[in-house]
Amino acid sequence: MSGERRNVYMVSGGVTKFAKATPNMDFRLRVKKAFDYAMNDINADLSMIDGSVASYFSDHFQRQLMSGIMVQDYLGLTPKPSKRIEGGGATGGLAFQTGYEEIASGRMDTCVVYGFETMSHVNTWKGNEFIALASDTNFDYPVGGFYTGYYAMMAVRHMYEFGTTVEQLAQVSVKNHGNAIYNPYSQSPMKLTVEDVRNSPMVSYPLTRLDICTMSDGAAVAILASEEKAFELTDHPILIKGIGTGTDSMRLSDRPFGKVPLLPNEKESDYRNLKYPGVHSFRAGRTAAKEAYEMAGITDPLKEIDAVELHDAYTSSEIQTYEDLGLCKYGEGGQFVEEGKADINGEVAVNFSGGLLASGHPVGATGIMQAVFMFWQLQRSIKKHFGNDKLQLTNPKRGLIHSHAGTGTYVTVTVMEAVR
Amino acid sequence: MTINPNAKMPESQQGTEVYNFDPLIVKYHYEIDYIHSYAQDSEFFKALGQKKLLGSKCKKCGYVYATPRAHCMMCGAETEWYELPKEGRIHSFTTCYFGSEEFLPETPFHLVLVEFDGVNSLFLGRLIGADTEDLYIGMPIRAKFRRNLKISPTDVYFVPTEEAGKKK
Repeated sequence: MSGERRNVYMVSGGVTKFAKATPNMDFRLRVKKAFDYAMNDINADLSMIDGSVASYFSDHFQRQLMSGIMVQDYLGLTPKPSKRIEGGGATGGLAFQTGYEEIASGRMDTCVVYGFETMSHVNTWKGNEFIALASDTNFDYPVGGFYTGYYAMMAVRHMYEFGTTVEQLAQVSVKNHGNAIYNPYSQSPMKLTVEDVRNSPMVSYPLTRLDICTMSDGAAVAILASEEKAFELTDHPILIKGIGTGTDSMRLSDRPFGKVPLLPNEKESDYRNLKYPGVHSFRAGRTAAKEAYEMAGITDPLKEIDAVELHDAYTSSEIQTYEDLGLCKYGEGGQFVEEGKADINGEVAVNFSGGLLASGHPVGATGIMQAVFMFWQLQRSIKKHFGNDKLQLTNPKRGLIHSHAGTGTYVTVTVMEAVR
Repeated sequence: MTINPNAKMPESQQGTEVYNFDPLIVKYHYEIDYIHSYAQDSEFFKALGQKKLLGSKCKKCGYVYATPRAHCMMCGAETEWYELPKEGRIHSFTTCYFGSEEFLPETPFHLVLVEFDGVNSLFLGRLIGADTEDLYIGMPIRAKFRRNLKISPTDVYFVPTEEAGKKK
């Protein structure tokens, strides 16, 4: 599948502090703040930027079409090339990869990917309705109309297939909210116990309020560059080593019951009786991981990846995703978090930033936020940007970011690597 | 030609609801009617009125879907309508205590993914007639149909069969 590609690097990033509502700034100003932060970090000016990609999910939340061009205009990037990318929850990951493609193809030498979402203009339950419009409006929306309900059914099936427990789900929440305490950009830092998570209000059985991410206002910016430009702009660029994207049926009910697409560290005999993906696993996530690992030359993900920022819109989907990414075998995700393997000092630091659960989920910004936090992690500049180094790993070499839409309809995996 | 330097916009008594002054936050209302066509899926909704649940069967590879889809996801060929059994089993379930604004008044409600014998995929529906603690994967359930149609997939819903309480 691979033709000739140029190497692509991330050279800078910026994020606004995510919050439930930030009415004193609109989406343009929020992006501008994140953009200026990223530009100032490498002393860049507008003349150094060849073009951009706009990342936002919903036209409903703001009731504004073409928000992308309004940001392009506000940032002073007109008349340079730009386009909008949209793919539900994976919008940020898809837009980041589009920025990669602009440079890998040779079209641009520098590209800004900016993501944003303003979810505070409607109440939470109307917001849930808008999000649910990202399910089939003939067959799924009128019946359920609620994403947490869809994920709850996947969680129930995962528990049935593999013996995953509600306490294991809760441990993801404890870990991610706890990590966020040291991330000044996070929306919901909290010191929690498993009991706190289980005792918070039930939203859709078995998922409680603390198993679920919140709605947010926020923006994030990543600046990408070709090899030549990257080393002109910064001494510490981070290489985009591999990208992968997968898709699956819009309706959860249409998912097949077939065979697991195997990663290099798995055998067919591992999954003799597993019908895949059903509703317990994300075939799009596995497909994305497979493509990205092949490109990055990864054969043993757990050993070869030091940090992961993955799309934990729900605690259950973090557990499902460990398995899709091959950090453990299918069925072992619950134990994986229970044994502390995903902790900041575990075998791979998963959602060291707090993830969506605690950092927030302003949809179009989320996948870019992951890239920025991972960029700082691999640059070993967490202390500079967070004001403390609690979340800085000692010598991280390789990181993975994972962006995920719908009930697992679009999923992106991007592997990033420190080069010096 | 009209040149009137004294032209004046008519005043109205309609005001704007202000939520906050600094920054200035106002409320406005937005409503819309859609003229929505079910197009190639129309037969499914019509059949609900005859108390029939229609899925799709691929004419070429034989894959059977519990949902309407005019073309097969596996091979791309055309499908034909296939009448699903009235009885199936719970493949997975949840109870929603919250929901989208439109469905909040209906909470709490159960959602079920239904599996049918001889069918390769699932069907999403509502289930009534049982409490959350009564639900289990594999529970036998039966399709029922509304008498007064809403022309919505909720014109079919599921209830536990007589045997459902015995097996658990």
